[in-house]
Amino acid sequence: MAGHSYSGVPRWVYAPAAVGALFIVLPLVAMGTRVRWTEFFSLVSSDASVAALLLSLRTSAASTVLCVVLGVPMALVLARTSFPGQDLLRSLALLPLVLPPVVGGIALLYTFGRRGLLGDTMEVLGIQIAFSTMAVVLAQTFVALPFLVLSLEGSLRTAGQRYEEVAATLGATPTTVVRRVTVPLVLPGLVAGTVLSFARALGEFGATLTFAGSLQGVTRTLPLEIYLKRESDADAAVALSLVLVVVAVVVVALTRGTRRTA
Amino acid sequence: MNRPLVVSTLLVLLATAAGCGSDADESSDSTLTVLGAASLQSTFEEVLGPRFEDSHPGVTIKFSFAGSSDLSAQIDQGAEADVFASADAANMDKIDDQVDNRVDFASNTLQIAVPPDNPASVSAFADLTSPDVNVVVCAPEVPCGAAAVKIEEATGEQIDPVSEEASVTDVLNKVVTGEADAGLVYVTDVQAAGSDVRGVPFDESDEAVNVYPIATLADSANAGLAKDFVDLVTSDEGQQALRDAGFARP
Repeated sequence: MAGHSYSGVPRWVYAPAAVGALFIVLPLVAMGTRVRWTEFFSLVSSDASVAALLLSLRTSAASTVLCVVLGVPMALVLARTSFPGQDLLRSLALLPLVLPPVVGGIALLYTFGRRGLLGDTMEVLGIQIAFSTMAVVLAQTFVALPFLVLSLEGSLRTAGQRYEEVAATLGATPTTVVRRVTVPLVLPGLVAGTVLSFARALGEFGATLTFAGSLQGVTRTLPLEIYLKRESDADAAVALSLVLVVVAVVVVALTRGTRRTA
Repeated sequence: MNRPLVVSTLLVLLATAAGCGSDADESSDSTLTVLGAASLQSTFEEVLGPRFEDSHPGVTIKFSFAGSSDLSAQIDQGAEADVFASADAANMDKIDDQVDNRVDFASNTLQIAVPPDNPASVSAFADLTSPDVNVVVCAPEVPCGAAAVKIEEATGEQIDPVSEEASVTDVLNKVVTGEADAGLVYVTDVQAAGSDVRGVPFDESDEAVNVYPIATLADSANAGLAKDFVDLVTSDEGQQALRDAGFARP
C-alpha cells in the first residue's frame, strides 16, 4: 500500500472512474434482479447444469495445468534470453489474447480437425480429437495460455536477475537456479497468472463452440449450456450466468489474496 | 497487473464504444424494419428487399436476421420494428397479442447434409443411428432440434449424436469442415451451402414440417408499408423467390 500523504489522483478523475465502475457493476446488478430466487436452486441443480459445471471445472483445471507446463518455459525464454525474432515471437504468443475466440476455434479446427493439418497424423496414432473433451481442453488452453505467459514474463522482468546471477556464481546449475531462486521469486506472479488462465478457460465459449461441439457431459461447458438455455429457458440461463459470475468473483478474490501476501 | 496492457485495453474499448454511436439510420424518407429468421436472409436481402424498394420509391428497407427466439424476445422487450417473419409458429405465438395480419408463407423440412464425398456413405435416415457415423444435430431446445426429435419419435430410430449444436449454422459448419459425417439441417440450408455439402433427402422428414408465419407488428409506425411487405412475400413473385431458395408451400 502506498503512503497516505499524497494520492496523486486529480479530483476530476473520480467522475469517469465512477462511470466506468458503474458500467461494469450495473449489468451484473440488472442480471441479479432477473434471477428467480425461489427457483434458483432447482434451476442450477438440474442434471444438465451440474454436468456443465463439473465439465467446466474439469476442463479448466486440465487446461490450466497445460498452461503452466507450456507457459512457464515460454515466459522464461521470453524474459531471460534474447535471440533474433524474439519480439515477433512474443507478439505471436500473445495473439490469442486479441483474436476473437471464434477465429481461434477455426484455426484449431484446421489444425487438429479430422481434415486439418495434423488430422491424418492423429488418425494414424488413433487419437480422435473431434467432439471430444480433449478438444475443449485444447480450445481453452489456446485462449488462456497468453494470460499466464504475459503475467509471468512481467514478474520475471520486474524481479530482475541479480539473485540468479549470485546463485550461479555460487555454483548452482541453471536448473537449480530456476527451481530454487527464480520460481520462488516470481511465485506471486505465477499464481496470479495461473488463476487468470483458469478464469479465462472457465469463460471460454467461442473457440469451444466452433471447434469442439456441444454435448452434455462431453463438450458442453457452462458457457455453452447458458447459450443453449437462452433459447428455451431464460430463467435457467440467468441463474447459470449468476453461478459463473460467483465463480469469477471467487477467482478474482483469490488473485487479490495472493497479491496481498506478496 | 500489467499497466500498459490494461490501459491499452481500455483505450480499445473506448474507441469501439465511440464508433458505435454513429449509426445514421434516420433517413429523410421512411424506413421499414423487417426482423427475419436467419434462414430467410438471402431470399429477403437479395431478392425481396430490392424489389420492395423498387416498387416503393423513397422507402428504405432495413433487415435484421437472427434466430427466431432471439427476435421474438427482442420484440417482446420493445424493439422497434414493422414486420416479423418467424421460422416456427411457437415464436410467433409468444407475441401473438403484439402482431396483426399473421399469415403462414412458407415451410421447411429437414434434410441430411453430408460432406461432398459422403465418407460414411449415408443414404437414409436409418444410417444416422449407426455408431460408426459421426452425426451432429441441433439441440432439442432449438426448432431444428425439436424437429429432429419429432422424426425420431415417429420412426422409432434413435440417433446418438456426437454433438447437439445451438444453431443450424453450427451443424452445417461441422459438416462443411468434414468434422461430422452427417448433420440434420433444413433443405434451404443445404441449398444455400451450394457445393460445400451434399443433401440426402429422406421420406421421414414429412413427420416434422416447420411452418413459417409472417406478421406486421401492432406498434409499427408504418402499418401500410408493413402490410405491403407481407403481401409481397405471399404474392406469386414472393413465393417463387422462396421456392428458388428451397422453401416449400406452407
